[in-house]
Amino acid sequence: MAKAELKSKTKTEIEDSSSLKGTLASVFFVGFFIIVLWIGVYFLYLDRF
Amino acid sequence: MIKSPLKSKVDPRDGKLAMAHLYVAFIALLVGGLAGLLQVLVRSGKFQLPAGIGYYQILTVHGVVLGLVLTTFFIMGFQLSVVSKTAGTFTDKQRTVGWIGFWIMTIGTIAAAVMILLNKASVLYTFYAPLQAHFIFYLGLTLVVVGSWTVGAAIIMKYAEWRRANPGQQSPLLTFMALVNTLMWIVATIGVAATVLIQLLPWSLGWVDTVNVAVSRTLFWYFGHPLVYFWLLPAYMVWYAIIPKIIGGKIFSDSLARMSFILFLLFSIPVGFHHQLLEPGIDAAWKFLQVVLTFAVVIPSLMTAFSLFASFETFGRSKGAKGLFGWLKKLPWGDARFTVPFIGMVAFIPAGAGGIVNASHQMNQVIHNTIWVTGHFHLTVATAVVLTFFGAAFWLVPHLTGRKLTKKMNKLALIQGSLWAIGMTFMSGAMHAAGLLGAPRRSAFSDYGGSAQAAEWIPYQIAQAVGGSILFIAIILMLYIFINLAFFAPKGEQEFPVGEALHPEEKAPMVFENWKLWLGITVLLILFAYTIPFIDLIQNAPPGSKGFKLW
Amino acid sequence: MHVHKYEKIWLIFGITTLIVFLSVVGVSAFYAGNQPPSCLTVIDPEKVDTTAPFNEPGLKKVEGKDWDYELVFVAQAFAYTPGDVEVPLGAKVKVIATSKDVIHGFEVAGTNINMMVEPGYISEHITTFDKTGEYLILCNEYCGAGHHMMMSKIKVVE
Repeated sequence: MAKAELKSKTKTEIEDSSSLKGTLASVFFVGFFIIVLWIGVYFLYLDRF
Repeated sequence: MIKSPLKSKVDPRDGKLAMAHLYVAFIALLVGGLAGLLQVLVRSGKFQLPAGIGYYQILTVHGVVLGLVLTTFFIMGFQLSVVSKTAGTFTDKQRTVGWIGFWIMTIGTIAAAVMILLNKASVLYTFYAPLQAHFIFYLGLTLVVVGSWTVGAAIIMKYAEWRRANPGQQSPLLTFMALVNTLMWIVATIGVAATVLIQLLPWSLGWVDTVNVAVSRTLFWYFGHPLVYFWLLPAYMVWYAIIPKIIGGKIFSDSLARMSFILFLLFSIPVGFHHQLLEPGIDAAWKFLQVVLTFAVVIPSLMTAFSLFASFETFGRSKGAKGLFGWLKKLPWGDARFTVPFIGMVAFIPAGAGGIVNASHQMNQVIHNTIWVTGHFHLTVATAVVLTFFGAAFWLVPHLTGRKLTKKMNKLALIQGSLWAIGMTFMSGAMHAAGLLGAPRRSAFSDYGGSAQAAEWIPYQIAQAVGGSILFIAIILMLYIFINLAFFAPKGEQEFPVGEALHPEEKAPMVFENWKLWLGITVLLILFAYTIPFIDLIQNAPPGSKGFKLW
Repeated sequence: MHVHKYEKIWLIFGITTLIVFLSVVGVSAFYAGNQPPSCLTVIDPEKVDTTAPFNEPGLKKVEGKDWDYELVFVAQAFAYTPGDVEVPLGAKVKVIATSKDVIHGFEVAGTNINMMVEPGYISEHITTFDKTGEYLILCNEYCGAGHHMMMSKIKVVE
C-alpha cells in the first residue's frame, strides 16, 4: 500500500514537471479575450446604422 | 559543430556602430515623447500651444520621430548586435557598409526633421498626397530608407559569410531572425521608395503637375503594414530567444520559432488593403482577399503566444512549481530585463485582439480613423514593442559600453515599466473607449460647434492627458537610465543573454534557410494580392491631383 | 519538427476561430451586401461643382431605386456642403460624397457611415436611418490646419 502510494506520487511529480496545462489555460484565456472583444464590436456594428 | 561562433562579448568596434544607432534612437525618444505630451495636453482642451506652433506640426514630429526614427535606428542597432554576437564579429568591410548606412539614415533624418521644424512638411508621417511637403522632406525619408538598406546589406553579407564558413549548418537563431526581418524590410520598403521616387519627389519639385492619389496610398500601405511587423519582429526575437535565457530557462522550440518568422515573411506584406478598407477605388472582393491574408498573419502570433507561455511554464515547473499557474510565481519578477518586456507581452494580448477587429472587413467602419486606432497602436508598437526594446537596452547598452546594470538602475527600470503600464492603461484605454463613440484620431481639440456627441468625448480626452503625462515621466526615467548605462554606470561585464533550445538535438529543417524558396513565395503572394487591383487603379485612374499646402 | 499536443489543440482552436470570424463578415459582405464602401466611380476633382450629382448637394428623393433618398455631400478644406441636413426616420439613403481638393474623411459619429473621401473618386454607402437624433459628421482624415473644424450635422427626425 505504502509502496503504491509512493509510486503514484512520483508519477504525478514527473507529469507535473513537464506538464503544459498552465500554458494551455493561458492561451485559451487569450483566445477567449479575442472572441469576446470581436463579438462585442460586431454587435456594435449590427446595432448601428 | 565546426566551431562555436558564440563569442562572450560583442566586439567593441561592432558595439560602437550599434551604440551610434541607439544614441539617435534615444534622442528621438526625447523629442517624440515631448511632442506626444504636448498633443495629449492640447487634446484635453485645457492647454494651447505657445508661439503659434501648430498641433499638426507637433503631430508630424511625433509620428516621424517615434514611428520611423526611434524604431528604425533601435532595430538596426539591435540587429547588428545580435548578428555580431551570434554569427561573429563583422569584417572591416561589412562594418564600413554598416557605418555608411548609419550616416545615410542620419543625414536623411536631419533633412526631414529640419523641414518639419520649418513647418514645410506638416503632412504627418503617412504624408498622404495631395498634401504636398517640401521636396527635401521626401528626399530625407528616401535617405532613411536607403540607409536602412545599406545597414541591412551588412547583415546579409555577414549571414552569407557565416553560411559559407558553416556549410550544411543551420544559422544561429538570432542571426536567422535578424535576416528574416531585414529581407522583409527590403521587400516592403520597395513600395514606399516607389511612391516617393516615382511620384512624390518629381511632383514636389514641380517636374510633373499631378499625382495619382490612390496609387500613392496603395504603395504606401504596401509598405505600411509590414512596417509594423518590422517593429514587432525584433521584439519577438527578444521574447523567443533572449527572455528564456534571462529567466534561466530554455527556448521552447527552435524550429517553431524559425517557422513563425518564415510565416511573417510570407504574410506580412500582401495585406496592406486592410488599412484601405474604406477607400472608394479598390474593389471589395480584393479587399476581402487581403483580409483573409491578414488573418493568416495572426497564426504565427498564436504560435508565439504558446511558445512563450510554454517556455515560462517549463522553467517554473523545473523549479518545482505546482498546480495550474504555480510557475508564474517562479519567474524573476525583480529583474527588469524580464519584467519590462513581460509587461509588453501582456499588452500584446489586447493589442492583437484589437488588430483582428480592425482588419475585419466592414467592421472597420466602426473604428476606422477613430482614436481607437491610436489606442491600438499605442499598445502594439508603443507598449509591446517599445517596452521590449527598453528591456533589451537594460543589458545591451551596458554590454556594449563595458558597464553594468546596477541594482539601483534595475529598480528604476522596474518603476519605469510600471509607470508605463499605468500611463498606457489610462491613455490607450480611454482612446479605445472614445474611439468606439466616434472620436477621431489625428485631430486637435475641437468641440465641433457644441455637438453633444463631441462633449461626451472630453472626459476621455482628459484621461488621455493624465495617462500621457504619466508616460512622459516614464520616458524621462528611461532616458535617465539610458544615459547612466551609456556613460556613468560602473565598469564591468554585463551578460548578453542568448537562449538555448530545450531540445538542441532537434534540428530545424534546412529548408528554412532556402531564401530563393521563401522570397519566391513572398513575391508570388504579393503579385497574387496586388497585381489586378493595382492595374485597375492605374487603368481606371481619375485625373491626377495638384499639390496642396493647407497647414 | 515536433509540435506539442496542446499546441496543436490551441492552433486548431485559434485557426477555427479566425475562420468563423471570416465567414461571418464574408457572408454579411457578399450575401447580405454589407460591403465596406468601394464605389469605384471616378470624377474630375476640379469639375465637382458642375458634375451631377454634386452640382446639387443635399438630400433628394429618388424613385425606382433600391433606396428612397440620395444624400450628396461635397467635401473641401475645411467644410462639407451641406452644413446640416434633416433626414426622415426610417429612410433608406444612399450617402454620396467626393472631395474637391485633398483626402478627407466622412464619419457620421456613432454610426457605421465612415468612409474615405478622395479626390477623383466617389464614395458611397447605403443605410437606413432607423434611430432619431442629431449626428455629428466630421472629417477623420488629416486635411490641414482646420481639419478639426471640418464638420456637418445630420438630424434624423420623425
